[in-house]
Amino acid sequence: MANPAPTPAMESFQTVRTADANANPARLKADGVNVFYGEKQALFDVSIDIPEKSVSAFIGPSGCGKSTFLRCINRMNDSIEGCRVTGDITLDGENLYDARLDVVELRARIGMVFQKPNPFPKSIFENVAYGPKIHGLARDKTDLEEIVVSSLKKAGLFEEVKDRLHAPGTGLSGGQQQRLCIARAIAVGPEVILMDEPCSALDPIATAIIEELIDELRENYTIVIVTHSMQQAARVSQKTAFFHLGKLIEEGPTEGIFTNPREKRTQDYITGRIG
Amino acid sequence: MLGYLVLAIIVFSLAAFYVGRSAGNRFVAVEGAATHSLPGYHGAFVAIWVGVPALVLVLLWLLFQETVIDGLLLAGLPAGAIDGLSAAQTRLLLSEIKNVAGGRMFGTPSEMVLEAAQTYLRWQGIAGWAMIVVAVAIMLIGGFLAYTRLAPRFRARHGVERFVTAFMIFCSAAAILTTLGIIVSLVYESLQFFAMVPAHEFFFGLNWEPQIPIRDDQVAGAGAFGAVPVFLGTLLIATIAMIIAIPVGIFSAIYLVEYADKNVRNFIKPILEILAGVPTVVYGFFAVLTVAPAIRQAGNLLGLSTSPNSALAAGLVMGIMVIPFISSLSDDALRAVPRSLRDGSLAMGATRGETITKVLVPAALPGIMGGVLLAFSRAIGETMIVVMAAGLIATMTINPLDSVTTVTVQIVTLLIGDTAFDSPKTLAAFALGLVLFVVTLCLNVVALTIVRKYREQYD
Repeated sequence: MANPAPTPAMESFQTVRTADANANPARLKADGVNVFYGEKQALFDVSIDIPEKSVSAFIGPSGCGKSTFLRCINRMNDSIEGCRVTGDITLDGENLYDARLDVVELRARIGMVFQKPNPFPKSIFENVAYGPKIHGLARDKTDLEEIVVSSLKKAGLFEEVKDRLHAPGTGLSGGQQQRLCIARAIAVGPEVILMDEPCSALDPIATAIIEELIDELRENYTIVIVTHSMQQAARVSQKTAFFHLGKLIEEGPTEGIFTNPREKRTQDYITGRIG
Repeated sequence: MLGYLVLAIIVFSLAAFYVGRSAGNRFVAVEGAATHSLPGYHGAFVAIWVGVPALVLVLLWLLFQETVIDGLLLAGLPAGAIDGLSAAQTRLLLSEIKNVAGGRMFGTPSEMVLEAAQTYLRWQGIAGWAMIVVAVAIMLIGGFLAYTRLAPRFRARHGVERFVTAFMIFCSAAAILTTLGIIVSLVYESLQFFAMVPAHEFFFGLNWEPQIPIRDDQVAGAGAFGAVPVFLGTLLIATIAMIIAIPVGIFSAIYLVEYADKNVRNFIKPILEILAGVPTVVYGFFAVLTVAPAIRQAGNLLGLSTSPNSALAAGLVMGIMVIPFISSLSDDALRAVPRSLRDGSLAMGATRGETITKVLVPAALPGIMGGVLLAFSRAIGETMIVVMAAGLIATMTINPLDSVTTVTVQIVTLLIGDTAFDSPKTLAAFALGLVLFVVTLCLNVVALTIVRKYREQYD
């Protein structure tokens, strides 16, 4: 935000929005977000409200900017050289790009799960305990153990690993590793969990388990998921946003997007004509 | 004569190449794409069969010619001429014959020697011509055999490939054989040493005074070959070096990988690598002329007694020397940690520092350890710095301000000046060398094993 913004390309372009009367109130809001990688603009004027305690899916062809937008929400783009973000993203009215905001605290509130499972080369226990330890969430050892066990339970992994908590996390199967990463994210008690194509490296069975898990997690967490798979978006999300060439083309209740898209490009993508 | 022969082999091979290639061109002209190999392969195939056997023959010939002629000479001497002569005396006789043959006469040689010298010259002439004739014959035969095999469907490509493979095997075998040769010679001389000085005295003795007389008229000490103080000195200096090099190397690697922006990195990394290119003798006089006096002055100011050749000076400079080993291997190791781990930790809300200490360094630790071990083995084998900056007297001490000596320094001093290969003084150098070799070999093996194991983890 400190950088002077090049004038964003403001063509006559308007996101098509469908209101959802049943949606939960939104605490996470984006307004007019532009992202630049050096001279190249990757996102154009994206505005969207993310309803709390539900699953929002970002879909679109490769390179459409959906992952870029996701990474703006917990400021993971900060570490990319030459990346600039303009516009507002607010959580409970607090601007995430405020210079006074502590990125470290922000990321404890907005957790992230990546495309490829990336457990640390440590034991299963240490993987989950990593966040609580660095944020000082546990008073003592029993407290820490409780956090680890309950996080593993919430991620649906505890029954499978309870006998080998001190075995290396990298020794688990792909799907288990991804659930370990979800447990790791849950352990710091975030409000929002961002998932960047969490199932694209997994087989169908592991994918089904993760999707079921996502559905359970929305009771307590606001979840934003980026996915390549339209079926997955249709299965797990309540709200869907379609991105194309860096623009948010259409957003609305998932059912509406898939059964009755109002924008031609959305329809083309859903029916497989582009992408 | 030999030069002309080698030149002839090269010319013949080139000619063979052109002949083979034009044959290949003919095949292509007739058969088109059905020809198995490109014309160049046909040429190379014939050239190899002309040149390589001849070159091998010449090398072998030169290797054995002298021995064969010596044998013939001795056999040709009048009966009884070498009866009762020891092996050394026989060698002396042979070299006298060769000197006479070369026109270098000392005194008046006996009739027998003069005659033998004539024979020697004759044999040599014959051998030289025979070599040329045989080499040319082999080239012709090889060229003919290879050329007659050429055909449109002949697999010259694979023939050339097989030769290249064999050549590569030969090259790597040469390195291995050299290592084996070094080990054998070290072991052989060391065994002679241990025949004179008991092994337990060498490995556990606390006194090192190897300057014993090697001729009767020399005045020197009685001698003691307890190597403990020497190894202790080596260890002391290497430890000081590692105390400097490990933190500096690792932290500079972390800075370069995690914090430095591209410009800084492009500036600092080459400079660090220049350190690795500084000749060790330059480090040596830097230690003697700059660091040692500075340490001495500082010691005097603090009221400490500091010897002019302190272990500290040598260790400090050696530490600087091995920094690049640690920093560049740590740099590689940290860089090899997948970005996803870094992102994973940052996304948990860890700071950069926490990410480095809790995730990156543990993940890169095997690679870093490998670098440290390589640097350590380099430090204990380093010679020039310690020859110039460390002392000669083997003191049993771990005080870094004292003068100590190292294994490498002792090897150098033992082999300089008067040497006799039947005296324990000289042979002690080989025993020291053997121990040093074994230690650094073990360190290297451990380091490489660790590094390899860690590579498997991510690739």
